[in-house]
Amino acid sequence: MTFRDVVPIIVLVALLALVPVFVTANTVLNFLVFTLIIALTAQGWNILGGFGGQFSFGHAAFFGTGAYAAALLQARLGINPWVAFAIGSAAGALVGWGIGYLSFRSGLRGSYFALVTLAFAEVLRILANAAAFTGGAAGVLIKLDVRPENFQFASRGAFFWIALGLVGGVLVLTRWIERSRFGAQLVAVRENEAAAKALGVDTLRVKLGAITLSGAVTAAAGGLYAQYFLYVDANIAYGTWISVEAILAPIIGGLGTVFGPLVGAVALHGLGEITKLAAGTVPGIDLMVFGALLVVAVAFAPDGILGLARRLRRSFQQPGASRHA
Amino acid sequence: MLEVQNATKRFGGLIAVNQASLKAVAGSITGLIGPNGAGKTTLFTLISGFETPTEGRVLFQGEDISRDEPHVRARRGIARTFQIVQPFAGLTVAENIAVGAHLRHAKRSDAMARATDVARRVGLGPELDKSASSLTVAGRKRLELARALATEPKLLLLDEVLAGLNPSEIRDIIPVIRAIRDDGVTILMIEHVMQAVMNLCEQVYVLAQGRIIAEGPPAGVCDDPKVIEAYLGVGAAERLKQEKIHA
Repeated sequence: MTFRDVVPIIVLVALLALVPVFVTANTVLNFLVFTLIIALTAQGWNILGGFGGQFSFGHAAFFGTGAYAAALLQARLGINPWVAFAIGSAAGALVGWGIGYLSFRSGLRGSYFALVTLAFAEVLRILANAAAFTGGAAGVLIKLDVRPENFQFASRGAFFWIALGLVGGVLVLTRWIERSRFGAQLVAVRENEAAAKALGVDTLRVKLGAITLSGAVTAAAGGLYAQYFLYVDANIAYGTWISVEAILAPIIGGLGTVFGPLVGAVALHGLGEITKLAAGTVPGIDLMVFGALLVVAVAFAPDGILGLARRLRRSFQQPGASRHA
Repeated sequence: MLEVQNATKRFGGLIAVNQASLKAVAGSITGLIGPNGAGKTTLFTLISGFETPTEGRVLFQGEDISRDEPHVRARRGIARTFQIVQPFAGLTVAENIAVGAHLRHAKRSDAMARATDVARRVGLGPELDKSASSLTVAGRKRLELARALATEPKLLLLDEVLAGLNPSEIRDIIPVIRAIRDDGVTILMIEHVMQAVMNLCEQVYVLAQGRIIAEGPPAGVCDDPKVIEAYLGVGAAERLKQEKIHA
């Protein structure tokens, strides 16, 4: 990876960082922070699913672990929230490695892997909902104590910058993956596992590396969520909704690309908000937009918004060439 | 270089490979021929590590590698191609080959440079930036060869790299294979195209119904009655001899 590879990331993050300077409306910032948390979740999924081709339907397992770890460590054990957040991300990595070890070692692939991850997430949800330590169905409240050293801020802008910093960090990480041997081997596993093995790729190690990184990133998103809303329960943290968000954003934005998850999250939630504003009181209208958008994306832009943009650009540059692209 | 000792592979009740032994001498091209379903590809999977032998051993440079995983064997210096080509379809030709090159080169720029070199050697130079899925059959066969070669193997296992090619394409690729051998890579090849076997191989093994039934230089093996019968049925060798006398 060279400096030139990260220039677009730096430019994008710098531009986005200016947003709170001009926008101070809480509703807008709220929406942006939430979208960034989803983007971070999806970036985690994209490392494993987009680059590695291992479609997880249970990224809630990592999101929830990060969220609960951050909340419980400070609420129950009084650990500093920043430290709790870091431990939460590490716990996500550990859970990722564990689920990966169990399923990849048994050779689970494709829909079988998807189902097993879904099952893991559901088991964790039910456990978190039942155990006394996690507060059961009542969930965990994080005490309101607005101090920067407490990972709580008076302004939503500060939180936006932290979320943006994390998303930017993972953009760089993903770019590194794309340019590294690890990334080349991960993509090879996605494209053809047998061929990758024959070329000396330790496919188990590569997949474990991917799911561990993936778990860490998505757990960081969970920790951020807990810290922002100061409350988690089992249906939020380990709920299927977040697994679905994690899959949808990269598919809409562009699977296995650096910017795909961010673009997808912004497109999905941007459109969702706009329809909510436009349609007003119809409940669930934004979810219908999600569904419609997914159908349209799969039918007309199977390589996502970024892939579509690339194809359009190419066909503008050399008319007639797009048919072969 | 490579020695297979009494390898047997059973799939349930089916014995795919039965007490097969063969040797590939360093710096040579060894052929493995036999009728369809003889167990040639299964024997290859035992050597490359995609299956482990039920009985017997595989030795590489004197070491027993029978239980090693495929990627470990690749690291030791064994590379294989697939009979049914297995390109990374979503990647370019250069990226395909670079995956192989990454085995010995950690840096992406080194791996890409290496991939370019190898592509030129097998005649894929002009296709480097094309998508692997856009290649012709001949191109895909060359890609299989290039990827395997990019791992810088000591032993190259070629599983019917010439199948599906037309005579002029075969004529083009034979010198490529010979050049690889001349660079010091030992080659073991499964091949049905006899023109190539006669042309390239110093030693040939014939596998039929899982057993090695003949071995030796290609010309001798082709006259072996057992080999003729394995391909054409019982009594065929005798009939051919009679026809030759009467002709």
